Amino acid sequence: MSLVAERPTDLRTITDRLPAEALQHHEPVSLVARGVHLAYDQRTVVHGVDLAVPAGAVTVIVGANGCGKSTLLRGLGRILKPTAGSVELGGQDLQRMRPRDVASVLGLLPQQPVAPEGITVADLVGRGRHPHQGAFRRWSAADADAVAVALALTDTHELAGRRVEELSGGQRQRVWVAMMLAQDPSIMLLDEPTTYLDIAHQVDVLDLLAELNEERGTTVVMVLHELNLAARYADHLVVMCEGRVLREGAPGEVLDADCVQEAFGLTARVVPDPVTGSPLVVPVGRRGARVVDVADDEAASM
Amino acid sequence: MSAPTLAPEADRAAREARQAVAGEGLRTTRRRRHRRRLLVTVVLVVLAAALCVTALMLGDFRLSAGEVLRTLAGADQGAARFIVVELRLPRLVLGVLVGVAFGLAGALFQSVLRNPLASPDVIGISQGASTGAVVALLAVGATSGYVVPLSALAGGALVGLLLYAVAWRGGMTGHRFVLAGIGVAYVCTSVIGYLLTRNDVKEAQVALLWMTGSLGQADWALVRTLAVAVAVLVPLVACVARGLSLLMLGDEQAGSLGLRPEVTRACVVALGVALACVATAAAGPVAFVALTAAPVARRLLGDGTLALVQSALVGVVLVVGADVVAQHLLPADLAVPVGVVTGAVGGPYLIWLMASGRARTA
Repeated sequence: MSLVAERPTDLRTITDRLPAEALQHHEPVSLVARGVHLAYDQRTVVHGVDLAVPAGAVTVIVGANGCGKSTLLRGLGRILKPTAGSVELGGQDLQRMRPRDVASVLGLLPQQPVAPEGITVADLVGRGRHPHQGAFRRWSAADADAVAVALALTDTHELAGRRVEELSGGQRQRVWVAMMLAQDPSIMLLDEPTTYLDIAHQVDVLDLLAELNEERGTTVVMVLHELNLAARYADHLVVMCEGRVLREGAPGEVLDADCVQEAFGLTARVVPDPVTGSPLVVPVGRRGARVVDVADDEAASM
Repeated sequence: MSAPTLAPEADRAAREARQAVAGEGLRTTRRRRHRRRLLVTVVLVVLAAALCVTALMLGDFRLSAGEVLRTLAGADQGAARFIVVELRLPRLVLGVLVGVAFGLAGALFQSVLRNPLASPDVIGISQGASTGAVVALLAVGATSGYVVPLSALAGGALVGLLLYAVAWRGGMTGHRFVLAGIGVAYVCTSVIGYLLTRNDVKEAQVALLWMTGSLGQADWALVRTLAVAVAVLVPLVACVARGLSLLMLGDEQAGSLGLRPEVTRACVVALGVALACVATAAAGPVAFVALTAAPVARRLLGDGTLALVQSALVGVVLVVGADVVAQHLLPADLAVPVGVVTGAVGGPYLIWLMASGRARTA
């Protein structure tokens, strides 16, 4: 099944699926990293990154394994405190804000979230409502609505009573995305939200995030491994290499063969995506190189 | 399972249907959970109450359940009142309080460290408290009053601080804390061994009895002190419960939902240490209650929640039940401290826990 080909005719929109009261347009909030250094213990992983996340856009961070992209995301999400520099949310230093205030604006989905044993989907997604509940105000009708909408949007509406550990990897991943939707932050940070998903579900989750962005103005920042999906869904592409930002900008301007060579050490050709026209990275590799050589030889001998 | 692609007008109906399904699923799940919680809680309360009445009935002078209840209601005076209120009730109340404290302490440690082995009697808190008490009993020569409990409290708290300092770096992951704790427990055991072998057999006997965990020393003064401590700590536990249930999602997720993971964890560990220490100070390290209570309660509920209330109730059932067995069901010349019975039950539980491979997840 190719959802890619179907996308242009897929007219589903968030507006069609959300009740009016749950549909609030997110105000754009700025998220800016200024000279951020991030470290685990003594090992510095991110070296002085300056990054202004475009509000109301989809930003995708890509880079080779260990280049610091997940670490940068943690820094942006207040999980990791910068050893130098600062991250500012709406003009305020993230580290000086109350965690609950941050959480109502900024949500982060880690790469490998943990679910307590025995917890049901309904309960887990419900915990996303924590930033919206006061110290004494517990579960409300608004919380129940938000959770129902989140489940319906992520196509997990039939799983409410199931235990999270019984689910397939793909279902579980969508449940985690649902939890973040229930939290309803105006900036969503996602660390490889498409891990464990087959290609159709990857596109599904990314479409969902793109729609949230378009319909509600949600700012999306995610780390993706798959370069071609990154190029397709990003308004703003950030390529990282060895703890620094190598290039950033519109995918069409940023992603070329030189960039892929420098960031990943991979020889590749970059051609226009036949569906959207965004850059499509086709790796050459050793095997491909032989074929290319043979093809060149044949061309030369003709 | 992928979302069906539909024309917009058909989609609106599909959207409403999906949300309705989700809403119904949520309601059913919540209802089912509430029902199960209620059932489990009621059963535990009834079981605990029945054991309490039984404990008050049995003894050299047997009373009927009716007599016990009348006496408790204040209707009966005289001999029965003296037996129930002065002789048996302090021991029972001590057992209840110790059960609550150990049950909660185990639940807190096991959740915050996400490891079912991380209970105060495995990670050295109880051993630290025992060392404190044995030092007071044997090295200092304290005999009664508050010296032994206070010293036990200090010993347990010291171990708690030490573990916290050791395991602090590296984000205090569960297994790190547990391994460090097991090491500390061994050191404590060797200190106790040294003191026991260096001292007079009679004095060592007293220390040994205390270390086994016993409710026999109960009097109203001791019970009152423990009751005050538990009454202070339990509301504090209620305050951190919500944060703790978020913390079970992992630090990153909890942090991004607006929690300060380190602060919550420090509070939970401090409360766990305090509860384990006051219980140990009052009754000695009653084996395995803290280890077993929370997993049993969680298994009964089966909904992935903290099950704090239920853990406390299971703790009460374990301690009071074990004391009834130790005092009355074993032949009179075999009557043993409560810790012997809980240990005999807890050992096989631990083996089962390992064998069934549940030790990896909390």
